[in-house]
Amino acid sequence: MKIYIPHDTSSLSLGADEVLAAITAKYPDIEIIRNGSRGLYWLESLIEVETDKGRVGYGPVSIDDIPSLFEAGFPEGGSMHPLYLGKVEELEAFKRQNRLTFANCGVSDALSTEDYKFEALEKALKLSPQDIVNAVKDSGLRGRGGAAFPTGIKWQTVLDTKSEKKYIVCNADEGDSGTFADRMIMEGDPYCLIEGMMIAARAVEASQGYIYLRSEYPNTAKILQQAIDNAYEAGHLGKGFDLEIRMGAGSYICGEETALLESLEGKRGMIRYRPPLPAIEGLFGKPTALNNVITLASIPFILAQGAKAYQNHGAGKSKGTLTIQLCGNVKYPGLYEMDFGVSLKELLYGIGGGTATGRPIKTVQCGGPLGAYLHESQFDTPMTYEDFAKAGAMLGHGGVVVFDDSVDMAQQARYAMEFCSIESCGKCTPCRIGSTRGVEVIDKIISNVERDQNLELLEDLCEVMTDGSLCAMGGLTPAPVLSALKYFPEDFGLLPKKKAA
Amino acid sequence: MTNWNAEAAQKIVQGKANLPGALLPVLHALQAEFGYINPDFVPEIAKALNLSRADVHGVLSFYHDFRDKPPSERVIKICRAEACQAMGASKLEDHIKRSDVTLEPVYCLGNCACGPAVMIDDKTYGRVTPEKLEELLS
Repeated sequence: MKIYIPHDTSSLSLGADEVLAAITAKYPDIEIIRNGSRGLYWLESLIEVETDKGRVGYGPVSIDDIPSLFEAGFPEGGSMHPLYLGKVEELEAFKRQNRLTFANCGVSDALSTEDYKFEALEKALKLSPQDIVNAVKDSGLRGRGGAAFPTGIKWQTVLDTKSEKKYIVCNADEGDSGTFADRMIMEGDPYCLIEGMMIAARAVEASQGYIYLRSEYPNTAKILQQAIDNAYEAGHLGKGFDLEIRMGAGSYICGEETALLESLEGKRGMIRYRPPLPAIEGLFGKPTALNNVITLASIPFILAQGAKAYQNHGAGKSKGTLTIQLCGNVKYPGLYEMDFGVSLKELLYGIGGGTATGRPIKTVQCGGPLGAYLHESQFDTPMTYEDFAKAGAMLGHGGVVVFDDSVDMAQQARYAMEFCSIESCGKCTPCRIGSTRGVEVIDKIISNVERDQNLELLEDLCEVMTDGSLCAMGGLTPAPVLSALKYFPEDFGLLPKKKAA
Repeated sequence: MTNWNAEAAQKIVQGKANLPGALLPVLHALQAEFGYINPDFVPEIAKALNLSRADVHGVLSFYHDFRDKPPSERVIKICRAEACQAMGASKLEDHIKRSDVTLEPVYCLGNCACGPAVMIDDKTYGRVTPEKLEELLS
């Protein structure tokens, strides 16, 4: 008899450890496995029991449910409890997914080096660096951090740049609100990331790797460090490739790759001018392959199953799967790994079940705080990089934040500017000063002070920020502002408010 | 957390001084031990890492995490980002106006599917209501 209790931060935030303590107090001899989350977060804490009859789930379990679960014979897989779910893989929300990158997440003991086989690495070791780069190119994998740059091309540049020292840096500074896929895989399948980085190291001939992890994730740091220690002990790491975690310090801009490199070097997280590209002159001036967590964690599948197997998923130029993180005010929030191409509407209503509050969905913000707000009229947009760009929006890292009709879009626009003013690194003027002026101008518009002039000023300011900023922080902050203004003018006092239904 | 002690701080700095890009790991280690970084100690850090005092001060003041004075016994971070806003996190902020805790803003705890999210010391909590917050703090 085995019980699976996730050590995922979200599960713990809902009391998974307290549930664990209550179970072991009653059954001290039971075998406990700490897995990652399955990503069906409305069912967390989701506890699974493996008996002779198979593996079945219960959720959402809180400490108050423990007595009745025991009564229902929960350690034997008793099905007469309202929280009984049956097999998790057979739940509708799970069946609709294509779990390539997250295949192992939540399934087995996250930290067991015996369960994780490193099969992709074995294959990679038989290939030349160029062959690995070619496989990644053929797969069509693009950077999952948001910019969607073809990973194979980036690696080719690093491979082609001769240097006695090269680095692999993993960007685990998952600062965008509405994103948690990086955290989830680092906690639920850390060896997948480690293996991806080891393959990357072989592909570009790097000897040192760093994972730059945000400090808001202390639980992730603990699990990932344990995984790295175990990987050293099992002899996977330390043979020509070393790996270390470095903690960020609460700065959003350090998710921008050049600011991240500055931070890793022990400096203020100020962005760098490009060129030179980090692939040519990156960390400590050496060629550096800098990739997002999910990008690197997608590598083992590609090497193990082949580029073609990955390429067969997706739509158009958006190959493979997107790890959609559906959250905010939504009934069934979670991580859904699906082929590119599912429509936003299907995601929001078919999978997400509408809002958690039961009110109508007013808008969704995709791609983090720098992503546009989408209006209901755009909900038919298929989730691919190209279709979102056409709709004036951004897919980014795959985060989708849902808002019901109580949201005030003028306040959201103001928040976008305010966030930029707090998190701007300060290097370029449009971002540093523009965001502060943006807050002031939006305040004036809201309180009807010279509204027409200030609207013109805001649009002008947004144009300067878009065209004149050095990086995406200042360059994309206007996206949520202008989309809010365009689609929800009534919230800015520009049109009479629609009467509530 | 222990009270500031220059000798112990010096040991922590020396232990990490040889790392490439050592400043952030050094500052994190100091803050983990003492809860803050004493501004009077900046020259010592600069000397040990062969940096200017301005370099060290610049880094200390750039990052939100680093404190220059000791925090209260409890540090509470309420997520202010969009996903938690959508679930009414601002109500929590209004709720907790008390002097015995250090309230720090945070933009995303990665708990977006279980918002509103709050971090108390190093532990994250999800689906937090004003009542639950009160319970956690009592």
